[in-house]
Amino acid sequence: MTPPAGQLVVEKLILHFGGLTALSGVNLEARPGEILAVIGPNGAGKTSLLNCISGLYHPNSGTITFGQKDITKMPAPTRARLGIARTFQNIELFRHMTVLENLMLGRHIHLKTGVLAGGLYWRWAQSEEVQHRRVVEEIIDFLEIERIRKKTVGTLAYGLQKRVELGRALALEPKLLLLDEPMAGMNTEEKEDMARFILDINEERGVTVILIEHDMGVVMDISDRVAVLDFGRKIAEGKPEEVKENPEVIKAYLGGKDLQLTVV
Amino acid sequence: MPAGLKLRNPFAMECGVYKTTYEQDMALHPTPLSRLRLAAMLAVFVLFPLMADPYYVSVANLIAIAAIGAIGLNLLTGFTGQISIGHGAFIGVGAYTSGYLTSQLGVPFWVALPLAGIAAAVVGALFGLPSLRLKGLYLAMATLAAQVIIEFTMYHWTAVTGGSRGLLLTSPSLGGFVFNSEIRYYYLFLALTAAAFIFAQNLTRTRVGRAFMAIRDRDLAAEVTGIELFHYKIMAFAVSSFYAGVAGTLWGHYLTVISPEHFTISTSVEYLAMIIIGGLGNVTGSIFGAAFMTLIPILLRGLSKAMTGVFPNIETVINALREFTFGATIIIFLIFEPEGLAKMWKNIKDYFRLWPFSY
Repeated sequence: MTPPAGQLVVEKLILHFGGLTALSGVNLEARPGEILAVIGPNGAGKTSLLNCISGLYHPNSGTITFGQKDITKMPAPTRARLGIARTFQNIELFRHMTVLENLMLGRHIHLKTGVLAGGLYWRWAQSEEVQHRRVVEEIIDFLEIERIRKKTVGTLAYGLQKRVELGRALALEPKLLLLDEPMAGMNTEEKEDMARFILDINEERGVTVILIEHDMGVVMDISDRVAVLDFGRKIAEGKPEEVKENPEVIKAYLGGKDLQLTVV
Repeated sequence: MPAGLKLRNPFAMECGVYKTTYEQDMALHPTPLSRLRLAAMLAVFVLFPLMADPYYVSVANLIAIAAIGAIGLNLLTGFTGQISIGHGAFIGVGAYTSGYLTSQLGVPFWVALPLAGIAAAVVGALFGLPSLRLKGLYLAMATLAAQVIIEFTMYHWTAVTGGSRGLLLTSPSLGGFVFNSEIRYYYLFLALTAAAFIFAQNLTRTRVGRAFMAIRDRDLAAEVTGIELFHYKIMAFAVSSFYAGVAGTLWGHYLTVISPEHFTISTSVEYLAMIIIGGLGNVTGSIFGAAFMTLIPILLRGLSKAMTGVFPNIETVINALREFTFGATIIIFLIFEPEGLAKMWKNIKDYFRLWPFSY
């Protein structure tokens, strides 16, 4: 993969909701092939930032560049076609459909069958289904969810749903993967699994990952760089150990001046 | 002899059935027993009119027409999640298009049939445009407007529609063969309903159908997986209305007379009732629902006839009960089996899937 493919540059991003300022001039760069963690207290604007990148919110000003393209004004589906995939903080799966169908939907942009070909299930509509089923089965294999592939997603346990959602994002074959709290509400074992998946996705597939996470242990362990948001501003950026020592960050998290941020 | 055959239990559906390719796994009828069931059902459908009273064949014909319309509405409401109260009007668009083409312009039925479908699809897509901005109840109001506008047009565009007097249509013919008896209509309708059924089943298991369901389940997530909401919503309206147009055409050429009162809001509501009772988001359920809604008034009439000997005035009571029964059935289904008759059918099948060792 050529280096700039997964590169994302956010410049002077401003987003208002009425009188409420969610983002006030955020600059951020995700370098190709890295895992960038975005952290910050609740309401700092992390999810708003992700929504701007994936196209669900449109910023009031500022630019977002992906690869060489300015994507600021692009609608969400077009960004998906460029290779931006995401998961959501509160799982947004297609609840009444099976795991297989959800993952096949992840491959939507790679399929071509239209109404007529699909309805007639002509030979090549079938062969397209089979061809992409193979890709999906590889993801099922990777995420170790073979046993639930034909289960309806709504009936699955929370941790598994999170995994399926990651699988759906992966099926898109993204260059940039946005993960909004992939480990929220998980136990230690599930978190370890998830961390392993994220590292593998990043290393084996060369996917750039932007990760929002509250678990500092995970953030410090798996991310290459960390950016810290507070009240819609970026207050720090750098290697995990640098950010950990940053007085601004400590202040934002704990409110005090002389306290130390303790990371277990 | 493949290894699977030795282990096969003649009763349990999936015992000893090994799938070695994805084609087999994705087949609509993956097991020998389900294929057998399909063949048996086909045989019943083919032989039915030869043995049944013509009256029952005419009932089956009405069910077939309703089934095509219900499958169409289910694609829009059950699969894509876009409520439409204009379906009856879209059926009317099909009926009038084909009526005008065949009786005024002399176009043969076989050409008018797809053209009527396309005309309804265009009108449906047009009235689907508000779905870009409107969801749920608000969209329902917009489609209600479609119903009112189209009904108004049927009454007042007399040059084409014949106004409240309606249009006279002819029976379809193929070469010298005229479809003029119940049995002949039956086989025509059986073939078309089967085609409509299979098409919808295939559509819902491939790319476009999945996109429809994604929009129904979570439109936000659908967008970020690359599904253009507007494009697919309009497509759902068009495909659904195409089915409606075909159903309308068949209805017109079967009754050989159409007038605006066939395509009112109560028709639309009846179709909604069919898919709710049959099962939202289930192609087979649409047929169950169509059968159910067609049979209920007939059963009620039978009931009142049977009871007039004992209660002379029962007929008026039961006639009044007709609307009540419709409403009550919908409510009962919504409370006790929201997934409709299709789910009941699935429960029965699931029971026998593991029978007799269901543990």
